This record gives sequence, C-alpha cells and structure tokens, in this order.
Amino acid sequence: MSDILLSFRNIAKEFSGNRVLNNINLDIKKGEIHALIGENGAGKSTLMNILFGMPVIHTTGGFEGSIEIEGEKVQITSPHEAMARGIGMVHQEFMLIPGYTITENIKINRELTNPNPISRIFGKQLETLDMKRMNADARKALDIMGMDIEEYTMVEGLPVGHMQFIEIAREIDKSGVKLLVFDEPTAVLTESETQNLLSVLEKLAATGIGIIFISHRLDEVMQVSHRVTILRDGELVVTKPTEDTNKHEIAELMVGRKVIMERSGSDKRKISDDIILSIRNLEVKMPGEEVKGFNLEVRKGEIVGIGGLAGQGKLGVANGIMGIFPARGEVIFEGRPLELNNPKGALAAGLAFVSEDRKGVGLLLDDSIELNTVFTSMQIHNQFLINLGFAKFMNARRIRRHTQAMINDLDIRCTSSKQKVGSLSGGNQQKVCLARALTQNPKLLLVSEPTRGIDVGAKKLVLDLLKKLNEEQGLTIVMTSSELAELRSICDRIVIVCEGKVEGILPPDASNTEFGLMMSGSRAGSQQGDGIA
Amino acid sequence: MKKAKGLLARFNTSYLIDNIVPIIFIGFTLAGFIVAKGLPINFFLSELTSRFYRNAFLVLSLLIPVVAGLGLNFGIVIGAMSGQLAILIVRYLSIDYLHLSGTWELILCFALALPIAAFVGFLTGRLFNKTRGQEMIASLIAGFFANGVYQFLLLFVVGVIIPVRATHPIIKPDGVGVRMTVDMGGLHYALDRIFRVPFMWAVLVVSLLVLALVVVMYLVRRKRGQQGSLVSFIIKVALLAGLACFSLYSIATNSRLMYVRQVPVVTVILIALLCVFNELIMKTKLGQDFRSVGQSQHIAAANGINVDRTRVIAVVISTVLAAWGQIAYVQDMGTLNVYGAHSQIGMFSVAALLVGGASVRKATVPQALIGTLLFHSMFIMSPEIGKAVFGNALLGEYFRTFMAYGVIGLALGIYAWNANRKSRITLDPEPVKEANS
Repeated sequence: MSDILLSFRNIAKEFSGNRVLNNINLDIKKGEIHALIGENGAGKSTLMNILFGMPVIHTTGGFEGSIEIEGEKVQITSPHEAMARGIGMVHQEFMLIPGYTITENIKINRELTNPNPISRIFGKQLETLDMKRMNADARKALDIMGMDIEEYTMVEGLPVGHMQFIEIAREIDKSGVKLLVFDEPTAVLTESETQNLLSVLEKLAATGIGIIFISHRLDEVMQVSHRVTILRDGELVVTKPTEDTNKHEIAELMVGRKVIMERSGSDKRKISDDIILSIRNLEVKMPGEEVKGFNLEVRKGEIVGIGGLAGQGKLGVANGIMGIFPARGEVIFEGRPLELNNPKGALAAGLAFVSEDRKGVGLLLDDSIELNTVFTSMQIHNQFLINLGFAKFMNARRIRRHTQAMINDLDIRCTSSKQKVGSLSGGNQQKVCLARALTQNPKLLLVSEPTRGIDVGAKKLVLDLLKKLNEEQGLTIVMTSSELAELRSICDRIVIVCEGKVEGILPPDASNTEFGLMMSGSRAGSQQGDGIA
Repeated sequence: MKKAKGLLARFNTSYLIDNIVPIIFIGFTLAGFIVAKGLPINFFLSELTSRFYRNAFLVLSLLIPVVAGLGLNFGIVIGAMSGQLAILIVRYLSIDYLHLSGTWELILCFALALPIAAFVGFLTGRLFNKTRGQEMIASLIAGFFANGVYQFLLLFVVGVIIPVRATHPIIKPDGVGVRMTVDMGGLHYALDRIFRVPFMWAVLVVSLLVLALVVVMYLVRRKRGQQGSLVSFIIKVALLAGLACFSLYSIATNSRLMYVRQVPVVTVILIALLCVFNELIMKTKLGQDFRSVGQSQHIAAANGINVDRTRVIAVVISTVLAAWGQIAYVQDMGTLNVYGAHSQIGMFSVAALLVGGASVRKATVPQALIGTLLFHSMFIMSPEIGKAVFGNALLGEYFRTFMAYGVIGLALGIYAWNANRKSRITLDPEPVKEANS
C-alpha cells in the first residue's frame, strides 16, 4: 500500500528487564488522524520516544523491531534525525522561549539569513538574520491555522491556547513535515480553544500530513480521529476505525481486565460513621497537578483511593493538605479546621504523609535508616530525645531499638539500621518512608503512589502492609495512585479526579467501562457512583 | 489624570528596586559635587574621560556572555593576562631584535593576543560547560588559578626554562623572571597619540553629527508615513543644538573646559566599533543562537542548537576582547604593572556594568557605557568627599573599594531576590475577583 506513511514493526522495549512494550505493529496512513490511547504507563510515551530516537531509548539498550517510513526501513538515532525525516512533535510542555516573538520561536535554529561581507570570510554563522522573510514565513504558518495574532508579538503573556498553536505553527513551518505527533494537546486548552485545535488538526490532515493524536479525552478522539489504537500494559490491544467503535468500548479496552486482588478479612473491620477528614473547595497550585476545588469526606477507619490520569490533580490533594504546595480551601480534621500551607501544623495534628516524591521530599538519602525513621517524630513530637534543658540529644539507644523493631515488622531488607537509605532498593526505601510515617503514630495516613518504581513483589508487600495497618490498627488511609488495579485491590471506595475536581466516586468493583469513562472526563453514561460526594 | 496615574504606576517601588544601583551612584556623584565644592570641572572631566577610554573596552567585552546566559564573566581577567603576555613578548622582541615603531608594536600586540586569548578562552569555555549553573563563581576562581599560572610563567619559566638575556630591561637583574613594572616605551600612547582632538571640539563634532542623524531619521520616517513624536524630536534637536552652541562658546572664550584632556580619536573609534560589533552580532545567526541558549539551554538543545559550542564561542569572543581591552588600557597607562594590572580588572569591570543597571541575565551597550561613566565618577569623587567630609582622602579610597564590592553584592542579591519572587508558586488570585464582583 502506497498511502502508508509510517509503520512500526514488531516493536518491543525493555527497561532493565522490565518489558514495557511488546510486539507493537502499527501503520499510520497519509492524511490520517490516528488516535493513540492508553492509561499512564501503557507505553505511549515509550513508543513515541522510540519514534523520535530519544537518548533515553539508546542509553538503555535500544529497542527491538523496526520503523519504516514510506516503506523504507530507517534508523532514527536522534531527535534531530527524526526532524530531518519529516517527523514533528508538538510537546505537551511548551518548548517556547517566553522572551522571544512568535516569529523567533517558530524559526528557532532555522533562522533565514542573508550573506554579508563578514560572513563570506567567517562562515554562515555570521550571516545576517532576514527578519522580513522570517516574519512572512511565520505569517504563512499562522494563516494556515487561521490565527490572526501578529507574528511579532512577544510569547510571554499569551494565553496557553495560543502557545499551543505556535508550537504547531513551528512544526508546519518545517518544510517537508510528513507526520506530526500531538501529545495531549488539549490538556491545557479551554473548550473553544480545543475546538479550534481540532479543526486545525483536520485541516492539516487534509493536506496529507499524518497525525498521531495522543489524548485521554474520548469525546475528542471520537470527534476527530479516523482510527484508534489502544495500548495497555505495553501491548497493542486493538486498532480500529473510529466509526466502528464507541467510547464505552474504548474505555473498557483501555482499563482492561487486570488481576484484581480480592479484599479479604473485611468483616473484621469497622468503619465508623465519624467523619475524620473533610475537605471543601480545596485548591492547590502544584505544577502539573493542580487541584481546582476538591471536595471529599473521609470516614474513620476506611481506605479511600484517589485515582485519575496523570496531570489531572490527584497528587495535588495530599500535597496541598500537607502544606507542600500553596493551597486554599477548608480542611477539617477531627472536627478542627486544619491550617493550610503549614507542614508542621499538619504533622502535629496527627497526619502523616508518604510522598510520591520519595527521593526529593520523602527521604534524607544520605542518612541512615535510623535517622530517617525517627526524623519527623523528633522534629514534631520531641520524641527519641534526651532533654537536658539547655540542649537536646538524640536518644541513640531508643532510636536503634525502635528502628530495629520497624525493620523486623516491615521486613526492610538492609545490612544494618545504620545503612544509608540512598543505597536501598526502591521497595525498601518505600518501607522506610512508611516506617517513618508509622513512627509518628498518625491518626490518618496519606500515601501517594506507594508502589511507584518498585518491583512486583515489593508492590504486594507494601499494599498488604497498608491493608494490615488498616485492619489491625483501624488506621484511616487516603491512598493516591495512578494504578487503578492497586486502588481497587485495597480501597473501600475510589475517588476519580479529573481536571482538578472530583469527577465521581466508584466502588472498587465497578466496571472497567465506568472507570475508563470517568477518568477520561466523559460523565455521560456513568452514574455518580454510590459513594458520598 | 489618567496619564499622571500611569506615570505614577511606572514610577512605583519595583521600578525603584530594579534600578536601585544606578540611582545610588547618581545620587552619590551629585552629593560629591555638592560637598566637594572646590573640585574643578576640567579636572573631573579629564579624569572621567581618561578612565572611560581605558575601561570601556573591557566592560563591553562582558556583554556577550551575559546574553548567552553565562552571567558575568569574571574570567576576563584571564583575557587581560593574555593581553599582558602579548605585550611582554612584543616588548622583549622589539627591544632586542625587531626595533619596531610604537604603532607597529601595538598592531603586533593585538595580533599576538588573539591566539593566546582565544586558546585560554576556549579552555575557560570548556570549564564553564562542566560547571553549568555556577559559571560566575567558576570564572572568578579560574581567574585566581590563572593568576598563579601567570606568575609561575613570568617569575620562573622565563629565565629558568626559556633562556632570556639577563641584561634585558624587562628582565629582573638576576636573569630570572620579569620585572614588577615594565616601561611601555614606544607603546605608551601608541593608540592614543595617532590622532587627538581637544575635548570641546570633539563634543562639537559629535553633537553636530548626532543632530544631523536625528533630523535625517525624522525626515525619513515622515516620508515613510510613520508618525514620530514631534515633541521628543524638538527636545532632542534643542538639546543637541544647545550642546553644540555651548561647545562653540567654550572654544571661542577658551574656557576652563578647553583644558580637559584631549580626546584620543582612534581609541574612541575602537570603542564605538566594539559597540557596533556587539549590536551587529546580535542580528546574525550566531547572535540569535547566543540569545536562544541564554534564554533556555533546554529549548535551544531540543531545537538542535549545539549549546556547548555556542557557549564556548561566547567565552572565546569575550576573552579576546578583554585581551585587546587590556592592551588599550596599558598603552594609556604608560607602564605595565606586570603582576597587578590585571588583578582588579574583572571586579571593577563587572561592577561598572552592574552600575549601569545591567543584571546577570540582561546587559546592553548603553548600560555598559553609562555604567562605566557612573562607576568612575564614584571613583573620582570618593577621595574628594573623604577630604571634604572627614578631612582625610584615604577614607574615600577605602570607601570606593567598599562601593565596588558592595555594588556587586547588591546587584547579585537583588537579582536573586527578583528571580526567587518570580519562580515562587502562588495560587491564582481568583477569589479576590469573586469578592469584588
């Protein structure tokens, strides 16, 4: 077939023994808008990194399989080469220089120049910029998208929607662009900007450019794409013409049937009707994970899961409550209002937090397991100290005894309690984080991404531990995770966050379709769940 | 009413804070004039212009690294040492073998300094790429290190490893090492004396030239149909014409201003050329790469710009310019203080640039020129104020060192404070609006 622009053939990729892509076969046709859908970690980004020859692929042992462009087998070893082959990327984070005009941004490193006497001697680098021609080119690219903004406007201060279009204009302006990849282009756009963008996509496709459209907004996918490919856990589930499917089916396929750990022993637990934590109108400015008016009530003794796609704000909730990022709103903990933006106050009130940023916020990497375990308790609760009045000393014996107990309880694999946590494996580091949180004797535990970056065996241990704490000590847990299966395995109910707000609350045994639709923000067809909103 | 409000808004505290350094210096100089009543204006202008001719070139050599995101290049000290090495080599050869005239010696100095400075600039550029994010402190320490190498070279290698004539006037009497001070011989004023003009004549010529330029520009703009501001045009013309008339009057009456030091035209032209060079290079592909890299290394690299190479080129250009600047500086002084002439160059040039209102991320040609003038005004005024207020000129001497370092600290502090304020994450101010409506 001659209208095939790009083919992936038997693509597979491993990261240190962990297979993240397996046997991917995919064709992109000319003039086609091809939607690529999958949960976080399904392998979309890895596939695109392979296509662009990103260094992260080549420094980790390359990939299996081959890529063909217009029937010709190619080796793409650098992003620059991908560009030269006519593959363009519209980045999710903007690759724009704020202090430059639109023209300068569109033409960055592809500036048009005229020779001058000096450049004839010293080479092309000293040729004079031809601003007039550059402006004209920029104008042309902007006109294709129907943007009437002046090309000499400074990018700084433009609305995000415009920035997105400038990114696209840059790709269009590159001569010979054949394939454009849009990575979540509508994530930051308003409704009307989104519609503009979609019509631009259609215009571009009509000129024969192939488009890979990565999005989790199923409505947009249904509206604009010609074919849909769904990835799940590194496998290609299906490629279908869009008209032969519907968003319910896509949602179902995207979430898939994963192994679900059965909740057991729930009869022993008591969930009282007391509300231990109530969050009203929480707004958190966490870059990339903004929360924009979050409401939730947590009952004493339950495990609440917070799920949702990356970038929708689920991580911001716990970080906002703990005062790590600026927050606003009303949080009532045990009947008393909790002061926001005050990490010390939140800790003193009896909250404990296991951060998703284990190495940044969670641990003192260059210090021992002992110190990491008792650090917060020493700082906040004045425990493990010998108080001499004029000075306080660490009570080394008690610290050692306590840490030893924790190491035994949580099964932390280490050479001694004096080992530096930086040299532990990811799973054991996570256990140290948990040990520190438990040492505080918290009334409520906030856990974010507890299984991120740790291997399967350790994952199960961590989840079992959380469950055990909840069952035996009645500890209330709010767990945030990108992995739905994980939430469904231990939570009593799961809050799905979309665009910084609660999209809905589902029981763990709700169907895949319901979860899929809710995470994509397509409320239609899903009930509000049976939880309390 | 509205206009007044706008003016007021522009003159708010943040404007004051952003420009606090130039404001302090203008204030200081004015205060100096008031306190030190007896200071003759021709003495002040002579001193100021001499210092300007000497230092402007060095200050201008700092601009490109700032644009390329490397911050303030204290490493121009290394360039200055390269320039001095070139001078010493030329002096040694000229006395013994070549017997050149001053002008030729000077040209040879410039030519010889180019490869030396380009090489050490390349090395420092590589160093900066390895110390990304800490370029300024790296350049400062590299300067100290290079000073050690320089001393080792001139105090030990010359005479012990490289054989030299022990009786040569620039070699120490024991035949090892170079003397502390070396007479510049024919090099003294080699650049300055090519063509000199009395100060007021220069003022007259320059003001008339600028006047002509302003008028032509205005007419061209009118012809193209662009609406220029008539008021600002008239003000400009009146000021320039007034200046021209004043200089004519001074010349006619042979006033005190006629005793201001004569203008070394070639030096001034070189400074002007360097200004033009700095402006023109920004209009080339290379200049655009400097700016791209300076604004964001990440985005520049993502678009295929060779970031490391671009940064090295910026440092090489800066170092070469500094070497030439130091040659121009030393030829004006007359004697070369071999082990001391370069030591303060980095600090004082950086301070001068900052006084002009530049920051770590942004520096322009006017800022460099104004900064040089203001900084040296302070230098001249300090001893005068010390004398007038405390009856002790030495106090003023101490004070100016304090000011030089203080201004660097202040400018860096303000920059860091502003950068922190901008990068701080804050909530969107939504509810305020709600409350208002």
